Amino acid sequence: MRSTVSLWFAVAHRSFRRYSTYRAATFAGIFTNSVFGLIISFTYIAVWKQNPTAGGYDVADAVTYAWLGQAMIMTVAVWSGGATDDLAARIKTGDVAIDLYRPVSLLGWYLASDLGRAGYHLLTRGLAPMIFGALVFDLHYPANALVWVHFAVSVVLAVTVSFGVRMLVSASAFWLLDDTGVKHLAAVFAMFFSGLAVPLVLFPGWTSDVAQALPWASYLQVPADIWLGKDQGADVLAAVGFQVLWTVVLLLACHLVLARANRKVVVQGG
Amino acid sequence: MVDRVAANVCGYALLAWMWIRVSMSYRTSFALLTLGQFLITGLDFVAILVMFSNVDALGGFSLTEIAFLYGGSALCLGLADLLLGNIERLGQRIRLGTVDQMMVRPLSLYVQVCADEFALRRLGRIAQGGLVFGWSIYALDLDWTAARVAMVPYLLVFGTVIFLAIFTIGAAVQFWTAESSELANAFTYGGSTLAQFPLTIYPTEAIKALTFVVPIAFVNWYPSLFILDKPDPLHLPTATQFAAPVAAALLSFVAAAVWRTGVRRYRSTGS
Repeated sequence: MRSTVSLWFAVAHRSFRRYSTYRAATFAGIFTNSVFGLIISFTYIAVWKQNPTAGGYDVADAVTYAWLGQAMIMTVAVWSGGATDDLAARIKTGDVAIDLYRPVSLLGWYLASDLGRAGYHLLTRGLAPMIFGALVFDLHYPANALVWVHFAVSVVLAVTVSFGVRMLVSASAFWLLDDTGVKHLAAVFAMFFSGLAVPLVLFPGWTSDVAQALPWASYLQVPADIWLGKDQGADVLAAVGFQVLWTVVLLLACHLVLARANRKVVVQGG
Repeated sequence: MVDRVAANVCGYALLAWMWIRVSMSYRTSFALLTLGQFLITGLDFVAILVMFSNVDALGGFSLTEIAFLYGGSALCLGLADLLLGNIERLGQRIRLGTVDQMMVRPLSLYVQVCADEFALRRLGRIAQGGLVFGWSIYALDLDWTAARVAMVPYLLVFGTVIFLAIFTIGAAVQFWTAESSELANAFTYGGSTLAQFPLTIYPTEAIKALTFVVPIAFVNWYPSLFILDKPDPLHLPTATQFAAPVAAALLSFVAAAVWRTGVRRYRSTGS
């Protein structure tokens, strides 16, 4: 058990370092996130100027939400990308055979790798635009240390839920060989139902409840509500529990799908 | 001069036609990707509808008026993206060393990178933008005088040229940086997102910057002020509303200069 955990740490660490090689790309990305953060902030300010209590948020909540959204885009890989993309490419080339005969779980290996990537993206593409946003606007911050802890847990779970979804998409390549179409469609759903385009609390009537029950709500709406203190006491547990539930369901689904794929894979050549 | 232009247009058309035939060999994939583009940008507009389920107006503009701004911006970006969207892959080509191959071919490098993997599926985005634009024109309660009608194609043509120039500058910068294609996104996709909303929601300094520094405001904002008969928050002379060709020409000039400098500076890669 101990050796497995240290292996996961080693995988995550190397994944973190792998992404940190592309510095210019990181700076370019931070710039782009900041520009979009500004645009979205002013859009939200216009909305909340007309309706100061829309969705139960005030204008500072809304602007904070905009910057949290920019911070989470790359961290949860809304547009896909990350370790699961590597898997899809390796299925296409057949290199996945090597992954399958490694004496460790494929799922654990890729999850560790994706968490390493997410850590790098959170510290760069997440933190930097957030600091920029904090300098330009008055933002809301977690009220106390406990909220910070809850938020940190929620971000990790946001990544695991998103990993589960992306893993299922990539695994479709075992059957389709090319996952581009599915990936495209999955990104559309993730973009919209994560609340990145517009907060899920603004959705009219029952559509808001439906959107907040889908796995994508874990990406941004749940961590943002914890950060903003919209969830207090038992509600925080319920919110984190919601993320845990989707993590378990999705990772179980990944496990079953990979087990089926394992029986299906034919290694060619020799 | 005329011969050279004709040869380049011809070359572009040939390359684009080749890539269309390539994409047509996987018809299902092509259909799905086109539909995907339609849906992605479609949800963009749904997000605006969601906002309007909470408010009646944004920055003094109604939903139909914002639909007009949105449609104009989406169409201009979509057309520019269709014509030379893959130019943003220049950095990747530089890293792989395939720019050298293009340079030895008897056709302008610019034409080749523009037509590179010409993606007809981008019609999906154009169709979506066109749909919203058409609906807004139908729904707007306006007196469609000849001047207003003439302003619509005017907006689309010069708006597209401005985005073409921005795409070109964004790509040319990669001659220096080689891995910052995302930087250009802030100006192209960022610019079009920004122009989907009335500029009245942004601070005055931002509107000035968008007029005099990065002239995104000329894509659809100033022409739309004329068509929708709205007051100019900067109180600039009325002539500004017709100045899109000036902005487009100036920006194209800058784009050409940056591109040429970039090409001249290019020193190939590899061993």
